[in-house]
Amino acid sequence: MEGKRSVRMCCLCNERRASLSRPKTLEQICRECFYLAFEDEIHQIIVSNRLFIRGDRVAIGASGGKDSTVLAYVLSKLNRIHDYGLHLFLLSVDEGITGYRDDSLETVHRNQIQYGLPLKVVSYKDLYGWTMDEIVKLIGLKNNCTFCGVFRRQALDRGAAFLKADKLVTGHNADDIAETVLLNILRGDIARLSRCSSIITGEDGPIPRCKPFKYTYEKEIVMYAYFKKLDYFSTECIYSPNAYRGFAREFIKDLERIRSPFSSLFILFVCLFVIHNHVIAYRPRAILDIIKSGENFRISTTTKMPEQGTCERCGYISSQKWCKACVLLDGLNRGLPKLGIGRSRVAIGCKEENESHGGKSIESKQCGSLDF
Amino acid sequence: MQLTLEFGGGLELLCDSKKIHNVNVEFEQQNGEDKLTMKGLLSWVRTNLIKERPEMFMKGDTVRPGVLVLVNDCDWELSGQLNTSLEEKDVVVFISTLHGG
Repeated sequence: MEGKRSVRMCCLCNERRASLSRPKTLEQICRECFYLAFEDEIHQIIVSNRLFIRGDRVAIGASGGKDSTVLAYVLSKLNRIHDYGLHLFLLSVDEGITGYRDDSLETVHRNQIQYGLPLKVVSYKDLYGWTMDEIVKLIGLKNNCTFCGVFRRQALDRGAAFLKADKLVTGHNADDIAETVLLNILRGDIARLSRCSSIITGEDGPIPRCKPFKYTYEKEIVMYAYFKKLDYFSTECIYSPNAYRGFAREFIKDLERIRSPFSSLFILFVCLFVIHNHVIAYRPRAILDIIKSGENFRISTTTKMPEQGTCERCGYISSQKWCKACVLLDGLNRGLPKLGIGRSRVAIGCKEENESHGGKSIESKQCGSLDF
Repeated sequence: MQLTLEFGGGLELLCDSKKIHNVNVEFEQQNGEDKLTMKGLLSWVRTNLIKERPEMFMKGDTVRPGVLVLVNDCDWELSGQLNTSLEEKDVVVFISTLHGG
């Protein structure tokens, strides 16, 4: 065990030196076998879940970060070698964040050339008349991620519609999805809990979204990008301390490291999962087990689910009279940026404002940034 | 000991935004053994290279969960993590997986 000079061989080919330990299986494999295994797993996920059909126009949500960069690379490679017959596009959102998005968009522009994929950039400024820089100047660093999350979701849909895309794919990985499952449990958000762990969502909406990396571990994505020397951008958004998600993220990373199941938080969550699913989250499969738990949550038929309709103002899908983006935008334009922020408790605080333009129907939903 | 240290995935921001550091690590002999391990290197890096937010890099005596470590392009999980012993001219890479997608 001691010392790196004791060379281990790849457990698959037994020919080359092992370069990494796979987080999912703890297999020790070489780079070449890793590339094959990584790409083949994603291919199997795509095929077995029927994510695409031949001739589909597929928009890849590209931020310039590690996940979307690897996704664009792997999808264009798989499309080529397995002849999926897909038309791939890169779709980026320019939130208007100086020193962050402008830099990462440069990465996407390079990816456009490197992978030979057409690129479409949609900007908050064009769609909504506001950049995130301007919004933060007005509302400060509280709730800004709510605006950004809600606006981004719609911006991606509008960009995909512009590209006449049949599907929108995003780079959400297994770690992201496990975090989201935990967060939605902590928030008691039943509607999102059942949705966030599905590999395809929005099938009833205009453009279905899918997550080919749903079962792909973050570590493998980063290792793949590193070994392949892929060009990606890695700076945290300057406006996002993202504390709540950060907690779930660290918790899951710690879960993976736990060797004995005696931490109190661990037991709390194990109980939660066992009660519902008879699944025990345990290293190193903690992440996959949490995703599995999310998938298995059944919603009793008596639980009232929000009904889907369309926004009276812009026609986007919405369970309320106006969609969340329109409520937020209306608040910004009228100089009442707190409108539509937070949950019912805050909504009561804003009651007078709400009543002045249409009454209770414009109640706020939860922060969209946790949604996929 | 001459080593090349590389920081990526956003970790470079913790050490003057410089990705590659060619360093000469002076280390104390421990238990009479004349070798530097990753454990010793991590504490050296924390003291000498990390300029801000050390909690983004380390947790306890090891790297923060979500930071990948490669020694000569090989995952340190294969070489004994903190016990990995280092030799002259080794290349150690630290990559954070925690920054945006």
